[in-house]
Amino acid sequence: MTESLAITKLSDLANPTRFMALVARLVPWMAGLTALLFAVGLYLAFSTEGDYQQGDTVRIMYVHVPAAWLAMMCYTVMALSAIGTLVWRHPLADVAHKAAAPLGAAFTLLALITGSLWGKPMWGTWWTWGDARLTSVFILFLMYLGLIALNRAIDDPSRAARVSAVLILVGFVNIPIIKFSVEWWNTLHQKASVLRLDGPTIDPEFLRPLLVMALAFTLLFFTLHLVAMCNEILRRRVSAQRRMSARMANREAAQ
Amino acid sequence: MNYAFYVFTSYGVAAAVTLCLIAWVWLDGRARRKELAELEASGIRRRSARPAAETTGDISRETTA
Repeated sequence: MTESLAITKLSDLANPTRFMALVARLVPWMAGLTALLFAVGLYLAFSTEGDYQQGDTVRIMYVHVPAAWLAMMCYTVMALSAIGTLVWRHPLADVAHKAAAPLGAAFTLLALITGSLWGKPMWGTWWTWGDARLTSVFILFLMYLGLIALNRAIDDPSRAARVSAVLILVGFVNIPIIKFSVEWWNTLHQKASVLRLDGPTIDPEFLRPLLVMALAFTLLFFTLHLVAMCNEILRRRVSAQRRMSARMANREAAQ
Repeated sequence: MNYAFYVFTSYGVAAAVTLCLIAWVWLDGRARRKELAELEASGIRRRSARPAAETTGDISRETTA
């Protein structure tokens, strides 16, 4: 009984009209909560102590780390959607990975820029190609751009979705490479200090603003993603109706 | 504050990227809704929105048609 209810709920979500109605109800709450978390996060980011070595540049970490985390999470969301496209042929999955790509590109770019802005005063360089972490994240950025270009190059949306789903899954190999690059190679970039098997190794003074900002950025991503998915559904409706009106005009001209 | 230039540029870039994303998502949605309204005004409706048509969740028709 409960199982069939759960299945009904899931198939309800598969209907784009119901999905959009649900998003319309959820988004104001999510946006409000995101704004609140950003207010708290920014307050903590500037009211807490600086680091004894990094000084105030530690505050850059409160945007750099969440942006980098989102860059990888967005790709993971896209990979799960790609499985949805290839295995279940779910149209909302097509929409989900297409809508996520520009968001992922933006957060990856933000991670790269803020990383550079921290690297210059702390490492003495904006960028180095010899570092596996930096280079693998740059490759992730290029992959996002490639996926956006691919989606634009193929007119038929379901064909574009299938082709890009394959590419997304092939490219997913880069995500563990990014995560473990700091362990596998000798990098300038520091090793993980939050998501570790033996728990975070950073002081609560820095951990608190970092976690609040990470939560704020994550919620921002999901809010933007849901709205972008609705936009993509609308875009497909517009093109479907334009095609229908062209067909109708043809038929009238033939009579 | 030490290194103020680097810290404030970072937060400035973060704010700019976030605002651009919000503006893009918002304006994109507004433009698509306007296009749909124009199509509807010219008499072109979705098949499922026609009075006689059934409104079941035929997903393949709704998104990928």
